[in-house]
Amino acid sequence: MPQKIEWQYKEILRQYLMSQTEENLYAGQNLSRQLIKKNIAPEEVISIHKGALENMFPELPMNVWNSFDLLIEMMIRYGLALSEHQNLIQQQEEMNIEIDLAANVQSTLLKTTVPKVNGLEIGLITVPARKMNGDYIYFLSDNINNAGVAVADVIGKGIPAALCMSMIKYGMDSLQDATTDPKRVLDIINRIVEKSVNNDMFISMFYGRYNVKESIFTFASAGHEPALFYNANKDDFTELHTKGLLLGVVPNVTYKQNDVKMENGDFVVMMTDGVTECRTEDGFIEQEIIISLIHSVRFEPAQTIVDTVYKELEKMQNFELRDDFTLVIFKKVI
Amino acid sequence: MGTRSSVVILSEWDIVAARQLGRNEAREVGFGTVDQARITTAISELARNIYIYAGKGKIEIERISERGSIGIIITASDEGPGIPDVRKVMEDGFSTSGGLGAGVPGVRRLMDDFKLDTVLGEGTIIKATKWIR
Repeated sequence: MPQKIEWQYKEILRQYLMSQTEENLYAGQNLSRQLIKKNIAPEEVISIHKGALENMFPELPMNVWNSFDLLIEMMIRYGLALSEHQNLIQQQEEMNIEIDLAANVQSTLLKTTVPKVNGLEIGLITVPARKMNGDYIYFLSDNINNAGVAVADVIGKGIPAALCMSMIKYGMDSLQDATTDPKRVLDIINRIVEKSVNNDMFISMFYGRYNVKESIFTFASAGHEPALFYNANKDDFTELHTKGLLLGVVPNVTYKQNDVKMENGDFVVMMTDGVTECRTEDGFIEQEIIISLIHSVRFEPAQTIVDTVYKELEKMQNFELRDDFTLVIFKKVI
Repeated sequence: MGTRSSVVILSEWDIVAARQLGRNEAREVGFGTVDQARITTAISELARNIYIYAGKGKIEIERISERGSIGIIITASDEGPGIPDVRKVMEDGFSTSGGLGAGVPGVRRLMDDFKLDTVLGEGTIIKATKWIR
């Protein structure tokens, strides 16, 4: 095979020296593409060039031949860099495949079912910034009277954040009772997280529970973004605040909870900082913009609201997500 | 086994001497210009590693012939600190980012066969072979 290449190269060189046309240069480039495919190193190419010249112009001065030896020496490292580069690209491809598999495992592992209770619409969207999601949604419901949702966010993103999430899932799995108070939920999860997580890993979490019979939404927060409450009657938004430490900081925390009564058309918007910290080139997208976005589709079904908000914010950010993005809406309907 | 010659590595100048020895041997054995340059580069890397990490060591060049093939073995030995994580120094991207240049993976690429033995606190022996194609 190398002999064939030598012959091909010599032919192209001969043609080119006879007439310096673009066509002959193009032939040269095509050959170089083949050489790269066959892992022919740059120093080899120079050696082929030297060989071809020796054959065609044996009378050239010694200085010319010697200069090629220096050039060959110079190219050895370029050849090494090239093969290292090719190897690293291959490794990267393998790693990407592995991460894809891990992301699949993650989404199966962290799967949660959106509950169905009368008089409540639930909209949910969660989009990872990279392949693996550091936001986590868990629904806890008896499918009759109570629908609860946990929205958690590991500070940080990617694989470490994603690994951390499985822990929250198993904590939540241990709570079978959908009537459990939000503050209790946070107490329990906090204890689990505190035991199993490094000090440099922080998780914020919001837990909200809607009770169908009383139309009351009860919520507690561990250092999480406040939720937004839309009051249809007054046509305004308020923030649902409760104070509470991030999960995993200290073992025994007593969280607080608050209630809000929901009327028809009212809804609660829960989110992670991937929503509130959306950024364009000009800086953060103001909360008013997000609110007015939600307001413009307030009469739509909950799922349409979250989908619309995501699409618009994605557009504003030029389709570049900087952080995992999660939005959940509980909307009271008749 | 064929002839064997060696260069002690103590200073940066000895790297040049080792290169010279390797190139002469490679030429005499019958390697082409490109392979001469590859063998010399491998010697250069090994000698540099000795000079930088062990301070003192030796490069030996040996001609070999086996089943009708002829070639060259480079042996780099030192009594330096040894390599704590061999897998790491074999990795691409590790040596270059550390400023070593081609490093151990480079030597492996340039040669046909590569063996590394290292004991922490006692030293390292690397044997790299190249055959005439």
